[in-house]
Amino acid sequence: MTKIVAKTGNEAMAEAMRQINPDVVAAYPITPATEIVQIFSSFVSNGEVDTLFVPTESEHSAISACVGAAAAGARVMTGTSSQGLALMHEVLFIAGGLRLPIVICEVNRALSSPINIHCDHSDTMASRDAGWIQIFSEDPQEAYDQTILAMKLSEQLFVPSMVTTDGFIISHAMQRVEIFDDNEVQEYLGEPKRPYNLLDVDNPITVGPLALQDYFMEIKVQQANFIKESRSKIKEILNDFNKKMKRDYSVVEKYMMDDAEFCFVALGSTAGTLRYTVDRLRKEGEKVGLLKVRFYRPFFEEDIVESLKNIKGCAIFDRSDMFAGTGGHLFNDVKSALYNSSSRPFLKDYVYGLGGRDIDVEDIESVYRDIKEFTENNGKGETVKYITVRE
Amino acid sequence: MKKNWKEVEIALITKGGTAEEFKTGDWRSEKPLYKSDKCKQCLQCWLFCPDSSIIVKDGKMLGIDYDHCKGCGICSKVCPFDAIDMVKEEK
Repeated sequence: MTKIVAKTGNEAMAEAMRQINPDVVAAYPITPATEIVQIFSSFVSNGEVDTLFVPTESEHSAISACVGAAAAGARVMTGTSSQGLALMHEVLFIAGGLRLPIVICEVNRALSSPINIHCDHSDTMASRDAGWIQIFSEDPQEAYDQTILAMKLSEQLFVPSMVTTDGFIISHAMQRVEIFDDNEVQEYLGEPKRPYNLLDVDNPITVGPLALQDYFMEIKVQQANFIKESRSKIKEILNDFNKKMKRDYSVVEKYMMDDAEFCFVALGSTAGTLRYTVDRLRKEGEKVGLLKVRFYRPFFEEDIVESLKNIKGCAIFDRSDMFAGTGGHLFNDVKSALYNSSSRPFLKDYVYGLGGRDIDVEDIESVYRDIKEFTENNGKGETVKYITVRE
Repeated sequence: MKKNWKEVEIALITKGGTAEEFKTGDWRSEKPLYKSDKCKQCLQCWLFCPDSSIIVKDGKMLGIDYDHCKGCGICSKVCPFDAIDMVKEEK
């Protein structure tokens, strides 16, 4: 049984947290993610959950408390954004290295400076190498579903997860959301599964010991291999989620790709605008499709290469810049994934929407004309273009 | 035998008390010598030893655990009865 409600992204994530009923939530508020833990804290005060809520003095402390609680066998969640995620940075690697199943509800927001509270993906991208699963959401529905899914993934794989929404665009925009029954969520998740338990006094353990030249590399290769292998397990878990919860998600989502000659590749909320633009262009007879990347970490290289094999020209939409002179993160990952492929489309990066700059259908249609021209010119000229910027 | 990456415990989470398996006795340049005839069993050495290397059984000092003693000399220094001498470690 599902219930249909109107919820913002933040409300949807808080609702998922209520249904997950974590043992511990340690959090510090930050715009635009504040509401997630604020709403959740009222569930705590109203006795609707059994959670110990730890209001900390910073995000560094919040994620540190999460690490401690997760090592002690608790089901643990938190929420943050932007500078908050940046302040968690060093502990994110510790959680990843200790293989602790923690879930962060992360709202994408630009990193300072200049200070800005609106959406781009620079915060999440800056933590992409921390050994976490990263799932992008297009709307409140996906934010809700993927928060529940992330808890399952983390507890099955012993890898922490962050589920992201786009600041204000999803976090504060109200949409129709189908909500599961509380017991469906509990049944789906089952008992918390842990790699180890610090509080098992009959079997004392050491968590986070020193490993120098003789062991560090074995531990990191173990972690790297596990992430690599996790891709097939993520697909299995996602299929199971689709079956049990009646959804139709895939690690990368193809739209009108079967006969497409050109395509857009994007993360998060912009996928919605791109899908609408694909429909408009299709009506004019243009053979264009969309590839939405749901999982950014781990990176589903083979699926992306396979999806692009018949594409002539591909426009990557990046809501972040690497400041390396080589464009955005998604562009660089897709580009390197294609290097060993025998059929490579012409690839061009379109960096857009930094600090919440709006992108509309006309902007995307001009990208379409640009990628067509770029392809006709055999990829000559600049491969990175900043769009919707005053020149 | 050191473990390879497939054998090593997840995230290197190990059981407690593994420091005992690591012998630090060969770090010593000086060695404590216990003179039981002078010892009054005050257990100051046991209290101060930073490496749990004073062997005590049934409340009695029995000698020194040379597998772990690093030869710091604290036991000799704190002994009020001159019951522990420090001598050069010789092979």
